[in-house]
Amino acid sequence: MVKELLKGNVAFAEAALRYGLEAYFGYPITPQSEALEHLSGRMLEEGRVFLQAESELGAINMVYGAACSGVRVMTSTSGPGFSLMEEGLSYIAGSEIPVVVVNMMRGGPGLGNIQPSQGDYFLMTKTAGHGDFRPIVLAPASVQEIIDMMGLAFDLAEKYRTLVLIAGDGAIGQMMESAELPPMQPVRKERPAWAVTGAQDRDMNLITSLYLNPDRLEEVNWRLQAKLAVIRENEVRCKEYETADADLLLVAYGTVGRICLSVMREARAQGLKVGLLRPQTLWPFPEKRLLELAGQVRGMLVVEMSAGQMLEDVERAVRGKTPVQFYGRLGGIVPLVDEVAAALRKLDEETSQEK
Amino acid sequence: MNTQTNIPEDMELVYGFPEALTEVSTHYCPGCTHGVVHRLVAEVIDELGIRGTTIGVAPVGCAVLAYNYFNVDFVEAAHGRAPAMATGLKRVNPDKVVFTYQGDGDLAAIGTAEIIHAATRGELITTVFINNAIYGMTGGQMAPTTLPGMITTSTPTGRDPILAGYPVKMTELLAQIAGSAYITRQMAADVPSILKAKRAIKRAFLTQMHGLGFACVEVLSTCPTNWNMDPWKAMEWVKETLAPAYPLGDYKMTDEVKALEVR
Repeated sequence: MVKELLKGNVAFAEAALRYGLEAYFGYPITPQSEALEHLSGRMLEEGRVFLQAESELGAINMVYGAACSGVRVMTSTSGPGFSLMEEGLSYIAGSEIPVVVVNMMRGGPGLGNIQPSQGDYFLMTKTAGHGDFRPIVLAPASVQEIIDMMGLAFDLAEKYRTLVLIAGDGAIGQMMESAELPPMQPVRKERPAWAVTGAQDRDMNLITSLYLNPDRLEEVNWRLQAKLAVIRENEVRCKEYETADADLLLVAYGTVGRICLSVMREARAQGLKVGLLRPQTLWPFPEKRLLELAGQVRGMLVVEMSAGQMLEDVERAVRGKTPVQFYGRLGGIVPLVDEVAAALRKLDEETSQEK
Repeated sequence: MNTQTNIPEDMELVYGFPEALTEVSTHYCPGCTHGVVHRLVAEVIDELGIRGTTIGVAPVGCAVLAYNYFNVDFVEAAHGRAPAMATGLKRVNPDKVVFTYQGDGDLAAIGTAEIIHAATRGELITTVFINNAIYGMTGGQMAPTTLPGMITTSTPTGRDPILAGYPVKMTELLAQIAGSAYITRQMAADVPSILKAKRAIKRAFLTQMHGLGFACVEVLSTCPTNWNMDPWKAMEWVKETLAPAYPLGDYKMTDEVKALEVR
């Protein structure tokens, strides 16, 4: 395969198709509409299903319906659309069917704006719908990584029969980079045994999230939690840069993770032993590794395009074993290397005095 | 129809328990017509020989447990979203028969957008729409189809259109939509009307199977419990009060649908 210059939204859409996406249902919203536009032509070319829904509510419930038939299906959206989809996400989680949703986060709350943001971290990792559940949340930091994560997302969704979210931001969706697409895969022919496909020569299949008997619902919930515990144990992913000898640790994901890589390199050039941990799964969160690093470093700086959402998970993970400071930009502003470097110097100075 | 029954050779099976129904008691109140309409749908599925290729979508409301009574593959939708779920199911299973079974709160209030747009797309699904002018499961509150003056637990002095709006006529609305092929209103209030409703449901399934467009059968139904009536009086009320407010008949029937042979 060869590298091509690809826009993030087009790249993840084409990658999903090549990973055997059988159906896409979506509703246009900036900054991810190029994905829907791309698939509107490509899915039909490949003889697959594309449909522009009447709303995000419609889209997620079409996804839910198709997923009940055991096909690879997805949608993509951005903040306000994701809020609308939460109803469906909860039903999907309760029904334990595999679904992949991409959220290219934009500035909020409300209509906010269409610039890159990470303000939906809580929404995606903790409150993706009513009831007790957690989706797997993947966080790509480049066009290549979101391409690769589409395949991983479908595999994880189907392996665990669970919801997988991809937490992108407007920058990942809008920027163009050279990247390599996967080879073309056909759609799967066979449907899983649990799927709703017509009860020909077998007992009827039922997919529901309704359990009126509280004992039964508690049982279902404990089974769900047991599955999540397995995911928590086995599916944590993060990328570390120069952590082996680090005195200070930057923690950031997605676009901000890349910015922090530049910050780290500049600081290293100036003799500061800085490392970077970039979570690739926001849930499950790399808490064990952070706790280990908390015993090694003088302090951590969490950087986000939010008022400090992942920050709470970092603080929870390190259990007060090391000082945790925060630098964030809001409203669709992407932090600059110099701003983060200044925050890092402040952490360095304050933690040097402490020691 | 259940072909397992042992019938003497010189006799013909003319009536039996539909194969598309499960042999359990329903949770429906005495005098409620959900059970009747379930049976009509099941008989149609049997007669068309589609039990193994049919997928049902259950609503939220009294029929939320419909999947316990139908012996076909089923999914349970969120409130009002059955037509969207059915769309997803049908698009990836174009060779299957997909139907939604929805009440008036589900279809005419919270799910208005989903049903209108399913019809607009001419989605090849069949909708059975139960209109009893009240929210049954949540305890008798005003429905979008509640008649002016009707007392409910959320219109204690009667529905005042100035405060609470007017009843919505979904069949009339859906009939205006280009993607609709067959839109009809029936009732389940006596034997002739029930038999007529069954033929309409059969035509609506055939409309889908022949790829002719979206089909919806509204069935005016009873809710003796929340109407505070005995079953007989409820049946009479459907005929005397509900049917005049929601006139029966075929509101949209394309020539192709008309040409379908419905026995």
